[in-house]
Amino acid sequence: MSGASTAYSVVEATPRGKLIAGVVVVAYALVALIPLVWIFSTSFKSPPDSISYPPKVVFEPTLEGYVNLFTTRSRQTDEYIESLGPPETWYDELVRERNMVITGPSRFADRYWNSIVIGFGSTFLAVFLGTLTAYAFSRFKVPLKDDLLFFILSTRMMPPVAVAIPIFLMYRELGLSDTAAGMILLYTAVNLSLSVWLLKGFVDEIPREYEEAAVVDGYTRLQAFIKVVLPQMRAGIAATAIFCLIFAWNEYAFALLLTSGNAQTAPPFIPLIIGEGGLDWPAVAAGTTLFLLPVVIFTVMLRNQLLRGITFGAVRR
Amino acid sequence: MAEIQIRDVRKTFGDFVAVKGSSFTINDGEFFVMLGPSGCGKTTTLRIIAGLELPSSGQILLDGEDVTFNRGSERDIAFVFQLYALYPHMSVRRNISFPLRVQGAPRAEIRQQTEDVAKLLRIEHLLDRGVNGLAAGDRQRVALGRAIVRRAKAYLMDEPLGALDAEFRELMCEELRLLHNRINATTVYVTHDQIEAMSMADRICIMNLGEILQVGAPMEIYERPATKFVAGFVGSPAMNFLNAQGGIAPGAREIRINGAALGMPEAREGLDTQSAILGARPEHIQIADDGPLRGRVFAVEYMGARQLVTVDTDAGRLRVRAPNTTRVAYGEAVGLSFDPERVVVFNPDTDRALKSALYDGDARG
Ligand SMILES: Nc1ncnc2c1ncn2[C@@H]1O[C@H](COP(=O)(O)OP(=O)(O)OP(=O)(O)O)[C@@H](O)[C@H]1O
Ligand SMILES: [Mg+2]
Repeated sequence: MSGASTAYSVVEATPRGKLIAGVVVVAYALVALIPLVWIFSTSFKSPPDSISYPPKVVFEPTLEGYVNLFTTRSRQTDEYIESLGPPETWYDELVRERNMVITGPSRFADRYWNSIVIGFGSTFLAVFLGTLTAYAFSRFKVPLKDDLLFFILSTRMMPPVAVAIPIFLMYRELGLSDTAAGMILLYTAVNLSLSVWLLKGFVDEIPREYEEAAVVDGYTRLQAFIKVVLPQMRAGIAATAIFCLIFAWNEYAFALLLTSGNAQTAPPFIPLIIGEGGLDWPAVAAGTTLFLLPVVIFTVMLRNQLLRGITFGAVRR
Repeated sequence: MAEIQIRDVRKTFGDFVAVKGSSFTINDGEFFVMLGPSGCGKTTTLRIIAGLELPSSGQILLDGEDVTFNRGSERDIAFVFQLYALYPHMSVRRNISFPLRVQGAPRAEIRQQTEDVAKLLRIEHLLDRGVNGLAAGDRQRVALGRAIVRRAKAYLMDEPLGALDAEFRELMCEELRLLHNRINATTVYVTHDQIEAMSMADRICIMNLGEILQVGAPMEIYERPATKFVAGFVGSPAMNFLNAQGGIAPGAREIRINGAALGMPEAREGLDTQSAILGARPEHIQIADDGPLRGRVFAVEYMGARQLVTVDTDAGRLRVRAPNTTRVAYGEAVGLSFDPERVVVFNPDTDRALKSALYDGDARG
């Protein structure tokens, strides 16, 4: 190959450039993934393995963490356990090896369900309201449009927790504390400004002629919006929905402050899973692993839309 | 099919007047072209006719019925947009059949009509493609197809050929005209290209700065322009304008340029301004040694059967279309004579053409 010169496109990387880029990306991915891999592996460790020092990289996997996550147990004497007869299920057996018996389900499933209802509920509301608002701001003559848009954005100029105390007092007065409706309302309010601003960008990108064409062809304005504008907003709606869901799903401070027995979500619950003698790390890790799943699945499902959406229309058309 | 009447339509955007009190009628089955430079209000007028924009004042009548406040969806008018506006999330077939699906036509009929239209426009092979990868010419056809697939009262087209290259444009012009001859639907076609307008129109409406200057058949507009702007906008090369002396009495048959007297069609009205503007088309001027006006040849462009000679005179530079048998060279002094029945005199203050024998019988002066 010596002496042979190869022409490269100016916009395409050279092979060496690609190699360097590849190494950097892989290295970064490794660093970023280590905590996740750690959590994932811890969820399959036994409690002693999880706190052994030096940490065990090779260990015997067990589902104990997951069993502990979903159950409450109590310690019993050997005689009592023997009097129960042979264990009925694999998880009974797992628990009995530690001289315990299952006394009932834990509250994890409830908390998880709360997270799903509140997370997806508020995401749906924020995107639904955001789409309508963004369309109106983009297409209609709204009095004080610029001021209103600025006002909507300004609600995000401080961290939401800064208003935690007023909201706490307000919610207590209104009876919204520790209710799913209250949390949905709160997360929707926080997400709405992001959703309006993101979506307005996407609506602005769609030429009005599409709707006008649909109108001269016999559609009403609403039909044109549903049949012509909405399909073209898919990418934007998907991207916005993911951002909203990630916020609502991961939100910790308000959940800790405003929810307890009834509407508590998973984030404040998981770190407090106590086992014997302190935190039950495998159970905490198992809870975290399961907690990550919906967002991952949702993102993977929408990833094609998302890639187009995150470039904010730059590569569309 | 319908007749469209536009009555005193005005449109303002804030302080800006986009359309200044237009009135004209588009006859049933006519191919009507709105011609004017960029920004003169053609699109705005068309959008008002389609119901996409409300006029600030005035009325739109469809077949005598006042539809000024009817929404676009209630007017039964098809519109081809300047940039096509094909729905990017639909295939060619779904784009074309869109208006039929909106009307809820039976499936078999939708299929049949869509395919007929595609055949007519020669895009059958593209029916199941998406619209994003299409070439400009094909997009154009899809946009046309979406318009003509249904029987609308009128078809409005906003510079539908604007994005095509010259050669293809000519072809599409011809096809559009043929299509019109075939379906004979009232068509309003907007363009800023005078050649396109002249070759396709039954009648042309010329606009400038939001104002309708003249409505008439292409020949009428070419031969009897109502204003100096119309005269200069239509025709290639444009009409020549020379500075002449004013003070023309009704009935006069002469106009003076720097002492030379030129014949003109008998004036039907007087002109009492100091000066006047004489308009003459390049083909209405001859190079003749005994011509009343003298000048010097500035350039000669050979164009096959004819040649275009540019001559500098004291009254201004002008271009003459001469047969190629005329032998002239750069710098040569020549005489020019004008076809006395064809020249036009303009009022230099108002730009209006002076009423003369040339305009006899015109409804509009
Ligand atoms: N919605 C609007 N708001 C403000 N001004 C407008 C609006 N629509 C059009 N105009 C102005 O009105 C004038 C006429 O516009 P119009 O689009 O009718 O011109 P046109 O003759 O179609 O020009 P072109 O050949 O460039 O398409 C332009 O100066 C334009 O800037
Ligand atoms: Mg236009």
